[in-house]
Amino acid sequence: MANLLEIAGRETLSQLDYVGSLHTQLWATLRGMRTALPLVGNRYRWRAAVRQMLEIGVDALPMVALLAVCSGFILAMQGASELRRFGALHYVIDLVAVGFTRELGPLLTAIAVSGRSGSAFAAEIGTMRVTEEIDALRVMAFEPVEFVLAPKFLAALVAVPCLGIVSNFFGILAGGLFMFFSTHLSLPLYFRYVLSSIELRDVSAGLIKSLAFAVIIAQVGCLEGFRVRGGPEAVGRSTTTAVVRSTFLVIVADAVFTTIFYFVGKT
Amino acid sequence: MPIISVRDLVVEYDGRRVLDGLNLDIQPREVMVLLGGSGSGKSTLLRQILGLEQPKSGSISIKGTDITRCSHADLTKVRRSIGVAFQSGALFNSLSVEDNVALTLREHTALAPSIIELIVWMKLAVVGLADFGKLQPRELSGGMKKRAAVARALALDPEILVLDEPSAGLDPIVAAELDELIVFLKETFQITALVVTHELPSAFRIADRIAMLFNGRLLAVGTKDEILASQHPRVKQFLNRAPDNQVHAPAVAAYFEQYVRNPEANS
Repeated sequence: MANLLEIAGRETLSQLDYVGSLHTQLWATLRGMRTALPLVGNRYRWRAAVRQMLEIGVDALPMVALLAVCSGFILAMQGASELRRFGALHYVIDLVAVGFTRELGPLLTAIAVSGRSGSAFAAEIGTMRVTEEIDALRVMAFEPVEFVLAPKFLAALVAVPCLGIVSNFFGILAGGLFMFFSTHLSLPLYFRYVLSSIELRDVSAGLIKSLAFAVIIAQVGCLEGFRVRGGPEAVGRSTTTAVVRSTFLVIVADAVFTTIFYFVGKT
Repeated sequence: MPIISVRDLVVEYDGRRVLDGLNLDIQPREVMVLLGGSGSGKSTLLRQILGLEQPKSGSISIKGTDITRCSHADLTKVRRSIGVAFQSGALFNSLSVEDNVALTLREHTALAPSIIELIVWMKLAVVGLADFGKLQPRELSGGMKKRAAVARALALDPEILVLDEPSAGLDPIVAAELDELIVFLKETFQITALVVTHELPSAFRIADRIAMLFNGRLLAVGTKDEILASQHPRVKQFLNRAPDNQVHAPAVAAYFEQYVRNPEANS
């Protein structure tokens, strides 16, 4: 019994410790963010941020687009098979349009980015810890959070919402293709229906979610990297933990945001 | 007045005492070699002097600033007068050799790019790598990496040069080249150097004074001759490369006897 309590206590403490360091790191990043901004900041950090944006955003484009097209088809077909029975096939358009802008677009993007870039952040920073590069930065009078994390954080904040929009577009396009092949609804007409069914609020809800997911992915990925202790095998573990934790937190955050938007939207 | 002065330094990791009330003074323009076996605490002492970790008690003054208690800005100022070459080199793998050396010059000074280029070339020439500036760190051999790290450490013309295990993992010829480089730097630039090593020939080649560390305490501090004349058994053991009696024969024999007499318990 005492043993069980001990384990529970230790687990709680380690989780609290994790949340605490995530918090500290987030504030340190926000303080260091200024250096990564263009014009007012340090131009080397801004360049690093642009490079990161290309890596997080542009390199992930094909994957995110394909993912969105597949999920668009899935959503449209699953929806159609049910809605057809009620003769309400045109509601597939609303389903795909609203489902993607509010939910699936940001979520799919976040999962893809956490797998691609979250793990890359953890691996890069973890390797820098193992090879003493982080220590070298500190003795060279650089702040590691500012030097390494701030550009990645800024890049994620820009790239993830952009990818989310791309994902929305391709998902909705897939829905349009499905409608074209199943009911011969032309694409321009389909897009006009889509535009009438989504509101600005749906789009902004999706973008807010995307921003939150970007924060989670960048912070969790980098924190796992900074927490690496020991040798190369710890880097491997940290990349796995980074993906698992950030995906998990993304979905939890999604649930929280959806709940908030649900109640805000009702009034 | 000593340029680095360590007073009553106590460091503990998880309750295990690694440095135990250590006192050490390093005079300007001398090469001080920290000699000690594995686990003697020499890397810990080095990390303390670089301000990478906080001690449990005691103080470290560098150029009159107590780095264990000073503000972040003062620590940054002190760090700019210290050049560090880490054991593994710790070159930034994402930058070329040239950019590694140029990093602090670009970010901590307002020098024109052409001047920086010239300084970088000079620093690389000092360590014999003038033709290798365009290479990436991974394309360098072990000895070249360490020399490049020394060039990077010298970039801001530091008053204090800190070298962590410069000859570890190198063949005797390359190690001797690095020793000559350190002697050359001392004679040419009047630099204060703190070198951590466990290689005796290297230590006796470069040192003005040697400090012997054992179990977190200094056994002896003095010139080469004073160390050679020391009557301390541990110092003599280290210099004579005599092994510890790690296997206690009677205890092992007793264990096996017990094992043979007790066949059921072990089956």
